[in-house]
Amino acid sequence: MQMFLSNLFGNPERFDRWVEIAQSSFWPLLKGALTYSLSLSLISFAIGLVIAILTALARISGNKVLVGVARTYVSIIRGTPLLVQLFIIFFGLPSIGVTIDSFPSAVIGFSLNVGAYASEVVRAAILSIPKGQWEAGYSLGMTYRQALVRIILPQAARVSVPPLSNSYISLVKDTSLAAAILVPEMFRKAQEIAAATYEPLLVYSEAALIYWLICLVLSAIQDRIEHRLDRYVA
Amino acid sequence: MITISNIHKRFHDLHVLKGISLTVEKGKVVVIIGPSGSGKTTLLRCLNALEIPTEGSVQIGDVQLDFSRKVAKSDIPKLRKQTGMVFQSYNLFPHMTALQNVMEGPVTVKGEKPETARGKAAQLLSKVGLADKLDHYPAQLSGGQQQRVGIARALAMDPKVMLFDEPTSALDPELVGEVLKVMKELAVEGMTMVVVTHEMAFAREVADEVIFMDQGVIVERGAPEQLFASPKEERTRQFLQHLKK
Repeated sequence: MQMFLSNLFGNPERFDRWVEIAQSSFWPLLKGALTYSLSLSLISFAIGLVIAILTALARISGNKVLVGVARTYVSIIRGTPLLVQLFIIFFGLPSIGVTIDSFPSAVIGFSLNVGAYASEVVRAAILSIPKGQWEAGYSLGMTYRQALVRIILPQAARVSVPPLSNSYISLVKDTSLAAAILVPEMFRKAQEIAAATYEPLLVYSEAALIYWLICLVLSAIQDRIEHRLDRYVA
Repeated sequence: MITISNIHKRFHDLHVLKGISLTVEKGKVVVIIGPSGSGKTTLLRCLNALEIPTEGSVQIGDVQLDFSRKVAKSDIPKLRKQTGMVFQSYNLFPHMTALQNVMEGPVTVKGEKPETARGKAAQLLSKVGLADKLDHYPAQLSGGQQQRVGIARALAMDPKVMLFDEPTSALDPELVGEVLKVMKELAVEGMTMVVVTHEMAFAREVADEVIFMDQGVIVERGAPEQLFASPKEERTRQFLQHLKK
């Protein structure tokens, strides 16, 4: 600790240098976060949610083939590391002639990942809606799809917001793994700046701070959504 | 209006309905009574195919389904559109206001324009005495109010037949009256109704016919004054005796 403090404050030159690097790296990092980390997470989450809903519906369909496909998909994604999945897509597929750029590779990897994890959340949420809600829809003459879209999913959405918000916040942080497949998102930027300045502690801490700030904002948004969806609960 | 013949329902080894046949004419009110487990709720749910009978056929209005053969999935909603269902636990849509609950069927199922459906829904809600609760969510309403929204929601589809599954059983005693009052008005207006209930006073006053069910069969049926005053079957007598205690 003493050594750390004397390293930092016992050396005014180094301290000045830190301030300078911190200032000059802040915008490039933030730009990497806003243009790549956030867009990557938003696009992947949107696609992932669609996959998740379809997977959840397949799981509860009772159709043996659909159930089998859905279970296998979820099992493979949950049973293998995200980083390995990204490497297979970006570095592996070219060897069978499928070459995908780094950003779309990351979108594919993250979407599949979100789809698998979120499908469990969506499935539990759909199953938590009382059977009487389906029956009330059916008794009005609704088809399965109408009852699902009009009656069940809106209520399941309310139940899923807290766990799905957690998934999204995790995803925002996981986008840092895309650095490994050369997506120029914030963490990749941080690696470049750290390599050029030889100040990894400073630069990575700065990146961590920006991730944290983004997550604080996202948590606040989560609160607002939950509050809005709480309208009908007296 | 309703013709069912030889309805059987089996749940695995359990034979819940053992060949029920029944005809209900237009504008008549039929009340089904019986001990729990007698199959009366299952019979009611077979009428709109919430339970698919194992055997037998159901005809309501001009839609007939024969469940002894395989019934096409697309035919089931046709039967349901002939009927309105009121549930014991209301089953209102909690994410919609009273008005939206009543509009939902006409807009989603019939494809009515929301503006048209809204006016009709408001009218139905004022008919059941809830003109001042249009924008309340179910959670903000009492049980009796919720059940009246449930009745309005079913009526919004212009059903030929209304089915009531123990509509007052989940209500506090002081709220039962307001729901029964709405049901009586419907009966007076000539709605064809099948009601599963334990409200014997309602049966006596409103029913054209009372059916006593036990162990999956119709034990006895008749006009309420006859069935309540001088039941023919021993089993009916026992059940009615039991109720008086």
